[in-house]
Amino acid sequence: MNQIPSDYFAVFGIAPALALDLSELQRQFYALSKQYHPDRFARASAAEQQYSLDFTSLLNDAWRVFRDPVVRAEYFLKLQAMEPGDSRTNPPPPELLEEVFELNMALEELRSGDIHARDQILEALNRFLALRDRLDQDRDQLFERYDAEPALATLQTLRDLLNRRRYIENLVRDAQQALT
Amino acid sequence: MSVLQIDFGDDSPVSPPRVVGIDLGTTNSLVAYLDLTAPKVIPGTDGSPLVPSVVHFPAVGEPVVGVSAQEALLTDPSNTVYSAKRLMGRGAADLGGELSLLPFALSEGSESVIRLLVGGREVTPPEVGGYVLRQLKQNAEDFLGEPVTQAVITVPAYFNDAQRQATKDAGRIAGLEVLRLVNEPTAAALAYGLDKRQNGTIAVYDFGGGTFDISILKLQEGLFEVLATNGDTHLGGDDIDNLLLRVALEDIASEWDRDLRSDNEAIQLLRRAVINAKHELSTSPAATIAFDYGGREYRRHLPREIFDKLITPIIDRTLAPCRACLADAGLSPEQIDEVVLVGGSTRIPLVRQAVRALFKAEPHTELNPDEVVALGAAVQAGILSGEVEDQLLLDVTPLSLGIETMGGVVSKLILRNSTIPASATEQFTTAVDGQRNVLIHVLQGERELAKDCRSLARFDLKDIDPVMAGMARIEVRFLIDANGILNVSAKDLRTGKEQTVEIKPSYGLTDEQVEAMILESFDKAEEDFKERQVREARVEADRILGAVEKAKQNDAWFELPADEQAAVDVAINELLLSYHGDDYVLIQHKMEALDHASRGLAETMMNSAVRGALKGKKIE
Repeated sequence: MNQIPSDYFAVFGIAPALALDLSELQRQFYALSKQYHPDRFARASAAEQQYSLDFTSLLNDAWRVFRDPVVRAEYFLKLQAMEPGDSRTNPPPPELLEEVFELNMALEELRSGDIHARDQILEALNRFLALRDRLDQDRDQLFERYDAEPALATLQTLRDLLNRRRYIENLVRDAQQALT
Repeated sequence: MSVLQIDFGDDSPVSPPRVVGIDLGTTNSLVAYLDLTAPKVIPGTDGSPLVPSVVHFPAVGEPVVGVSAQEALLTDPSNTVYSAKRLMGRGAADLGGELSLLPFALSEGSESVIRLLVGGREVTPPEVGGYVLRQLKQNAEDFLGEPVTQAVITVPAYFNDAQRQATKDAGRIAGLEVLRLVNEPTAAALAYGLDKRQNGTIAVYDFGGGTFDISILKLQEGLFEVLATNGDTHLGGDDIDNLLLRVALEDIASEWDRDLRSDNEAIQLLRRAVINAKHELSTSPAATIAFDYGGREYRRHLPREIFDKLITPIIDRTLAPCRACLADAGLSPEQIDEVVLVGGSTRIPLVRQAVRALFKAEPHTELNPDEVVALGAAVQAGILSGEVEDQLLLDVTPLSLGIETMGGVVSKLILRNSTIPASATEQFTTAVDGQRNVLIHVLQGERELAKDCRSLARFDLKDIDPVMAGMARIEVRFLIDANGILNVSAKDLRTGKEQTVEIKPSYGLTDEQVEAMILESFDKAEEDFKERQVREARVEADRILGAVEKAKQNDAWFELPADEQAAVDVAINELLLSYHGDDYVLIQHKMEALDHASRGLAETMMNSAVRGALKGKKIE
């Protein structure tokens, strides 16, 4: 019997890459599910059942990770032994310091009953969303660049981008929570 | 694909045992099987496929299941268990207010598993479920004429790990190998999917006796992929009954100036009266709650408008999970192509109205809402047995799984709505030099703090190599299998050895406890099965002996050579000898022997009949 694949790319039988064709991957996911799902091995030997269970759990985990480009990139960095930093302990990116300060002020004002702060928060939210969109475009470019020419510097840029994005994501969440 | 080349099929038995599908419901249970390609429900002794999930434990004798047990609800309520599904995988503390509505006593030590004191003994919910399952198993064996040992059992999609484990335990207790636990709404989708093979997005709204589930699935070329699920395991028709019961009790208290709340018999009688009224209101604009007790009469006219007003808060409680499920699936109500209704409570007009308003679609009700889950379970059984090859279910875990970290915070490892099987690995180390054990507390739920989530179990990593603090590297793998049940394994990364893990489940029975319960009821089931086989074999023997006796009156008998005549007589004698024994296999052998010995006789009879026909003579 074959070995359990060692990583998510091996599960799909593809070479490690950052940019993936998701619709092709989904087709693969369905085809592999139909072939290896534990339901297909209900009457097989214990060893085959175990393999089917191990393989499909990896397949499901892999598909879950791959279909979200951010989670996928984090996984890729981890495979390259580059742990992304923890945004909760990281200081905010310097270029966002002023924005964060203003948002916190507005959130404080809203909590103390100042309705006008809502507009300010909404404005900030839209700015964050635009920023996030731009980062996502940059991210996709970095994906392509690294796949074409695997350079460590590109991965470092990607890691910094992901950290910044995670920070913005938290701001978006805070702003959205305050608005609802 | 070259990832896996498994050679299977060669060593599979010629005629594998049949797998049945079982809906173990709060109110009623059913068993179904796959007949060629269509699933069919199996009728019980009374002709109805619905077996009430009620078990009566008399002071002496075997427990009684189903309709007769339902009668005992009136005559012996404190020893008759109903709605045991609501107690599955729960401890006494979980029950809270529901505890006061239970008409039976709880035994000491019900913290992690409820122990009911009925019929002078202690009974756990998995055992109650086991008795119901054993009845279904017997119904299936009687109907199919073969032993039934493997089953697919359905559970509410929103059941947690402990509730699933308890259901699996019930199967084992009944002598059934549970090949798969399948979620009820998903099963319903499978049942519908058989006739209409199409692509699209469907929502299954499953409102049963005790539980509510909502699941959203994507259907694509025979693949049923659950996108999201949500629900409430303590919301169902029972809540409507309890509400009506409270109203009626208050009514009676003021009318008769009498408090019946602690009178078990009166409560069961009144419960039946309000349930009758509830059922009638599904088709009539008004009903009357009729209750005669202690020589007095209570009549309460209940128009549907009032009923609707009363139950609106209960129906509304189903809508929040629906919206959350849509959000998790990333869909708006307009994007749902089809809505399927499951469960008896969806017969209520107000429920249908609420579903129609939410999803802006006319819900499907073609299949009997009481039967659709069992039918789907039979389809899943067919998938497992290999009879159904063009369909496959990809289900999800309803609740996030996490471990307790510093400060009682939960670190989530597997998020809710992840396709199962799903896994996560986490590394653990020691905090003190020479530490031999690490305790991992695993929880299920969406909240941030451990105290707000449901404790699943504590896993004790034992016999760790004594090394300096922080040097040990134990990799723990959490795996949720296709039944939605957690499996944990651990490996010492320094030595590469499998690490011993001792599981201390927070709720539920230990393996040994289940084992002890099985033997007891399995032996009985085996005995019962043999007895029935003997009875059936005798009936068949009677038929054959009668037919041979009649043939011996025929001219053909006298045309038969003497040795063949003797052989038939010997075979008849041997069958008669085995007839009064209790070995049904022997009776079957002797029947076959007689059948064989009388083959010449049968041929001669046939030939003379043909000759007669050729001569134009009338055949007898």
